[in-house]
Amino acid sequence: MRVRQSSAAALVLMTLFTVLGISGNAQAATPPATVATSADDDTIDVKGKLVDTREKPPAPVEGVQISVEDDAGELVGEATSDADGLFVIPLGADIDVVGETYTIKLDESTLPEGTELRNPDQVELERQVKISADISVTFPIGEGTVGTGWAVRALQLGVGGLVFSLLLAMAALGLSMIFGTTGLTNFAHGELITFGALIALFIDRLPGNITVGGMNITMVTAIAVAMVMSTLFGWAQDKALWKPLRRRGTGLIAAMIVSIGLSIFLRNLYQYFAGAANHNYSQWTSPSPWSIGPVLITPKDVGVIIFSTIVLVAVTLAIAKTRLGKATRAVSDNPALAASSGINVDRVISVVWAVGAGLAGLSGVLLGMTQGFDYQIGFKILLLVFAAVVLGGLGTVWGAILGSFIIGIFIEVSTLVVPAELKFVGALLVLILALLFRPQGLLGRAERVG
Amino acid sequence: MDILNLLSGSLQQALGPTAVVYALAAIGLNVQFGYTGLLNFGQAGFMAIGGYFMAASVATWGLSFWVGIALGLGLSVVLALLLGIPTLRLRADYLAIVTIAAAEIIRQTLGSVTLLKWFGGQDGLINFQRTFVEMNPFSSRVDLGIVAWRPFDFWLLFSGWILVAIGVVVVWLLMRSPWGRVLKGIREDEDAVRSLGKNVYSYKMQSLIIGGLFGAVAGFYVALQHTNMNPTWVATDTTFFAYTVLLLGGAARVLGPVVGSIVFWFLITFLDLFFGILTRGADPFMPEWIMTNQQASLMRLIIMGLALMLLMIFRPQGIFGDRRELAIDAR
Repeated sequence: MRVRQSSAAALVLMTLFTVLGISGNAQAATPPATVATSADDDTIDVKGKLVDTREKPPAPVEGVQISVEDDAGELVGEATSDADGLFVIPLGADIDVVGETYTIKLDESTLPEGTELRNPDQVELERQVKISADISVTFPIGEGTVGTGWAVRALQLGVGGLVFSLLLAMAALGLSMIFGTTGLTNFAHGELITFGALIALFIDRLPGNITVGGMNITMVTAIAVAMVMSTLFGWAQDKALWKPLRRRGTGLIAAMIVSIGLSIFLRNLYQYFAGAANHNYSQWTSPSPWSIGPVLITPKDVGVIIFSTIVLVAVTLAIAKTRLGKATRAVSDNPALAASSGINVDRVISVVWAVGAGLAGLSGVLLGMTQGFDYQIGFKILLLVFAAVVLGGLGTVWGAILGSFIIGIFIEVSTLVVPAELKFVGALLVLILALLFRPQGLLGRAERVG
Repeated sequence: MDILNLLSGSLQQALGPTAVVYALAAIGLNVQFGYTGLLNFGQAGFMAIGGYFMAASVATWGLSFWVGIALGLGLSVVLALLLGIPTLRLRADYLAIVTIAAAEIIRQTLGSVTLLKWFGGQDGLINFQRTFVEMNPFSSRVDLGIVAWRPFDFWLLFSGWILVAIGVVVVWLLMRSPWGRVLKGIREDEDAVRSLGKNVYSYKMQSLIIGGLFGAVAGFYVALQHTNMNPTWVATDTTFFAYTVLLLGGAARVLGPVVGSIVFWFLITFLDLFFGILTRGADPFMPEWIMTNQQASLMRLIIMGLALMLLMIFRPQGIFGDRRELAIDAR
């Protein structure tokens, strides 16, 4: 019982540090020392650890007064944080205490010079005792966030959102192009994303590092190989499966269900080879962030932003300017007319599949670099890719990109107001609401919807 | 000897509570997809609403079991209305994307820490099945020779198959009525039906609601079967499995979902047991570098995915279906 309680306490503390450790940095999530449990297990305590998350590791804050009041405003107990930043305030025996609600207050005037509460409004916390277990509370301490706090947090989240949107955009562009030229709503697109990440993992796991002139380029090679292999995979998938289906005249709904079967097949095949566990790539696992103004950004994120921007610009320029790009748009617009004006529709579709899969695979590797690989990495974001594409307008190129930015940034920034666990829910709600008012998507044309 | 165990184990599942759940869910999909041509990919969402609100009514709010059932059914109607209003005027693939997204919204919201005190987060809800257990007329183990069930499981599948039978009769009666012919008309040619002065939108909505109600009942059974309701029972794949069941049996056929569910669970369990036997023990038949015991448990899903593809390509009408009944197309 005691072990469970204290580990639960540590978990709560960890989570809160992670969530609130914004102007500190990610390393603030170091698990704090287990909070001392009181000698008598029947007593319920309020306890916590005050640390300054600007320091690395977080430095304990000593001498801060904490008090607990009950429902009626009566003082129940007081304590001062010790040299380890710990404080414990006993509430009483569990039979008397369970079900009661307490208010835990921090006396701001006792904070040491130069430290402030992260969230200045949070000098009081209300907690209900639900089970016979100690209550853990935390008051994140760091730089005062008065005034600029909200804006800075929004900006920081916006940067995270930008990285995610770019990855989403690459995946969405592929999906949208394939939909545009073939009409297929491809539920196996998530597996194209995972494919890239899986190939990169395979390259990364080959024994030894790949070096050129002393530089470790394992991951760079992995990204390149993953992109090439994904492109080939997309091309082969079209040749072996989708092209024969088009020849047979398989309906679009039937093809959609075929793609569901393919998704189940591939996803489990990936798990067969890669296992269910989460893997991290060997390089760039926890680089120390740069601070640009008030915002922290890791060199890896900067690399991802620059690289994916280049890729996206190159692909969209190619679609806009080259002959093949024009042919692609012509096929999207009207396949029969395109064919009769001399465009080789099958070849265009082949290229679209190859490029779309390559983009999806690339987005998979980069996604794996930012959040770790697992066999469902693509399946988990599939609905967000759909949301982006539908929001922007199914089948449109610019719509897919615009939709990705809206969805990607919304997901991150919305965590200012909604709990982080519900951020995907918010994005999917945006999708449904958008359909209510503009069913053809932001950049789609009305007649596409029919 | 192993062969006999294999067959009886598979039969046990094919007739068991899981098959009941998927038969019910697939009957709902049959009304929506098979007869009306609506691509509802959010059946798991209806199951979640049914299962969760029945469970929470009893376990969280202390209401009666029957209030919970009524609440589950009522809210699934509300969900159908909410989903239908923005999407039923749109093309089929939009409905698919919106319903799949809605099911995921429901699942993530009900399983969230934010609503922990109502719906129990990721661990879900327990202690809601007392009324159902008390109604159980079977007190001893039911042994049918090759297959045998615990009394509770038998009560589940007995009552479940009765509900499935009622559902089948209801669907049969509905579909031979003029109302049902309008639904089929909508599936074949929406504009033609509209030109006859029928309110297509309203018919589609009714179809979505009826299918959703079957989904909610399937949700009740998922919760009762596991004596626990948690987010993993209503993941996106649940809907995909229900579609596989429907397509296997044959869409737009009254008995399609029932036969589909029995055959599907027979085959899935058979594959699972088969690969389990191959990789079992210290010196398995299958060398470990090819397949470990853990990998063996994935084989059934790998084969299922492949089977769904092949089924849709080579025999889209399933076991029973009529190819002419399935001229559904989106664009």
